[in-house]
Amino acid sequence: MTYVQLFLAFFIPNIVGYGGGPAIIPLIEAEVVGRYGWMNAQEFAEVLGLGNALPSPIATKMAGYVGYEVAGVGGAVVAVLATVVPTLLLMLGALGLLYRYRESPRVKRMSQWVRPVIAIMMAGMVLSFFSEGMAGAGLMHTAIIAAVAAIALLRFKAHPALVVVGALAYGGLLLG
Amino acid sequence: MTASQQGKLFFSFLRIGLLGFGGGPSMIPLVHQEVVKRHAWMKDEEFADVLAIANTLPGPIATKMPGYIGFRVGGTLGCINAVVAVILPMIVAMILLLGLFSRHRDVAWIHGMSQGMVPVVMVMMGQLAWDFLNKSRLALGWAVSLVMAAVAAVLIYWLGVHPGLVIGTLLVAAMLPPLTKRKSVEEAAQ
Repeated sequence: MTYVQLFLAFFIPNIVGYGGGPAIIPLIEAEVVGRYGWMNAQEFAEVLGLGNALPSPIATKMAGYVGYEVAGVGGAVVAVLATVVPTLLLMLGALGLLYRYRESPRVKRMSQWVRPVIAIMMAGMVLSFFSEGMAGAGLMHTAIIAAVAAIALLRFKAHPALVVVGALAYGGLLLG
Repeated sequence: MTASQQGKLFFSFLRIGLLGFGGGPSMIPLVHQEVVKRHAWMKDEEFADVLAIANTLPGPIATKMPGYIGFRVGGTLGCINAVVAVILPMIVAMILLLGLFSRHRDVAWIHGMSQGMVPVVMVMMGQLAWDFLNKSRLALGWAVSLVMAAVAAVLIYWLGVHPGLVIGTLLVAAMLPPLTKRKSVEEAAQ
């Protein structure tokens, strides 16, 4: 039963998630934190933070880790397969058809229409991380870390891994 | 397909996986570098076509591209080979690092590290949200984007509709109606 839930929790976000890995994150959060309650917002933030600090695609890293946490190695395999296989089969199977329609306005519209929904779900995650930060680190530390991270990422285009390591150091020293 | 070629496929995509920071989309230039320039498995135009097609499908781009290219170069085995090379090392790294982390959650400074991560992830997610909203604005305009986002928020957060259902309905709607008709409806809405 857990395997079926794991499969669905990763299959659905990946099959409707237009816009690559990042678009899938809020959809996965809705399943993992919202629907099945396998993790809380804090734990999900750890997964995202570390996921952003390491190379390779974010969607499969999340699937592998969440699957492993929920149901061991078998769970990791199920979650990763649910992430990778369906869309890859679509790509291999429907290539000729897709090739004909790759410039079609309707196909372009699909990803355009999904974007506002993904954007609002991402904004929802920002809010939930904010309340998590307030409850955990408190207003002052949350504001300081967020401000420094924003300046480093946006103004100085710092590497995400560097920012994550900085936040870990700050938290380990000042929030422990 | 010889073993040495499967080996080349594996190490190419291993490199791509280990050097590709920032999620799938940022890995595309690395894939291009290995597949078109280094090994000449595909021509430039072909690569552009495959990328365009991959973008018309849902799901992570960073597994569709290796899977398809692996299949082209080395059949089913090549497909599995390339995908595993891209994703496996960092999945194992995640499980080891986060597993260690969560086992020692009760240690004060580790708990602090975890709390320090939350605001950073909040900022990164805010950046992504803005990015998606901005792209949406460029394609649909502010009014349509914000109305769609607001309707989606009501459906998902207030009425508890499954987000997959909301997006699935939108995808079907985008496919179905004749373009001209739908466009005039949108213009009227603006």
